[in-house]
Amino acid sequence: MTYLHSIGEYFLMLKGVFGRMTKSSVLRNLILKEINDLIMGSMGIVAFLSFFIGAVVAIQTALNLNNPLIPKSLVAYAARQSVILEFSPTFISIIMAGKVGSFITSSIGSMRVTEQIDALEVMGINSKNYLIFPKIIAMFTYPFVIAISMFLGITGAYTAAVLGGFVTSDQFITGLQDEFIPFHLTYAFIKTILFAFILATVPAYHGYYMKGGALEVGEAATTSFVWTSVVLIVTNYIVTQLLLS
Amino acid sequence: MIEVKNLHKGFNGQKVLNGIDYVFERGKTNLIIGQSGSGKSVFLKCMLGLFKPDTGTIEYDGKPYSNFSDEEQRELRKEMGMLFQGGALFDSMTVEENIMFPLKMFTKQRKSEMLNRVNEVLERVNLTDAGSKMPSEISGGMQKRVAIARAIVNKPKYLFCDEPNSGLDPKTATVIDNLIQELTHENDITTVLITHDMNSVLEIGERIAFLKNGVLAWKGTKDEIFNTDDEAVTDFVYSSDLFQKVREAQQKGL
Repeated sequence: MTYLHSIGEYFLMLKGVFGRMTKSSVLRNLILKEINDLIMGSMGIVAFLSFFIGAVVAIQTALNLNNPLIPKSLVAYAARQSVILEFSPTFISIIMAGKVGSFITSSIGSMRVTEQIDALEVMGINSKNYLIFPKIIAMFTYPFVIAISMFLGITGAYTAAVLGGFVTSDQFITGLQDEFIPFHLTYAFIKTILFAFILATVPAYHGYYMKGGALEVGEAATTSFVWTSVVLIVTNYIVTQLLLS
Repeated sequence: MIEVKNLHKGFNGQKVLNGIDYVFERGKTNLIIGQSGSGKSVFLKCMLGLFKPDTGTIEYDGKPYSNFSDEEQRELRKEMGMLFQGGALFDSMTVEENIMFPLKMFTKQRKSEMLNRVNEVLERVNLTDAGSKMPSEISGGMQKRVAIARAIVNKPKYLFCDEPNSGLDPKTATVIDNLIQELTHENDITTVLITHDMNSVLEIGERIAFLKNGVLAWKGTKDEIFNTDDEAVTDFVYSSDLFQKVREAQQKGL
């Protein structure tokens, strides 16, 4: 029953988010601020992780290719597929659930605890729209982060595979182009857009409806990470089943 | 003027407010006092529209809030100023941005006009140098004054204050009390103030409502509260040693 109540509350929150809109001039500034906080502030960690995970994927693949009948170019093929299909959209989103999700939950939760949300409501402002809508719009720039992550992941794989002496540059480029299906990119970006919405709204729900004090803000951030990850993984399964099988 | 008629409110089957009738007069500081858990905050939140009453009506200058459309409720809220217990300043904004916030949201003024009004209220609350500071960089008393400035910047008709003195030293508390009273008189505002600070009652209690277990147990003025025979009120008022000694001194004619 508690889960059903929470799911109902989540959808009611969404209804409120898309309800009465905040003044457009104020909203524009809020969206720009959220893009800076949520997206630009995450670029460093995304770039770092993408490059090194791409490199590790290439090394692992290369070290497991013992059969001389299997072409070396498969290292690039495997790196490309794992980075585009799963690593960048899904793995990076789980990382973002920790970084961006916790930030959203704790910032909204702190506002709840210190009565700032009540202050907005008393002023006649739709607090759900004011606080959550700009985050959703800002997160729609998330596919750019994932595109950069894909690029850096493959760059990391190239660097590790070529500089590590596992394949030649030509073999890597050949493998990278081998049996490329453009729809895989479409699939990855459809997932990314759905994940962006989840990353903005599930943590916002946990912050907006939290009760208690400073300790509970921390607990809400942890719970938010767990539930955002669960929703991401389940959504990933459903979307993959629908689009690829 | 705010008129409350037969107000009832409960949560999960438990009554918190039980048939309150009271009139908050315009141009006066109307205090709601009572012990913790007596229903003061719920009463205030009903008046602010944050809680919907189970039964009863709240009329703002003769117009019942429950009959208002959503748009009318929003319009009414623009005429309300609220001072929260902790100030509730937006911690990502400077003092100036906090005060300017209601103007930005609800008026079409130019930035220069808004800045003029912000400087005007900052001057009124004696905080002319604090405009560029963040809320975390100023003291608790200054935060309360900024919150007052934000509450009055849009020239409200109704000002609500939830324990404005909590966490303040007695001298700063007196400054805040006097400021609220002066603003009430200057702007002819209906001010409703929740407190359990008896110093506030002495300073600014022009009209006092005493709540006990969700019921309006007593009403009167600051002069009347110290002479009442009502046991519930005297228990509350003279619970501190200081006031007991004041009463003993009064009785001895000192």
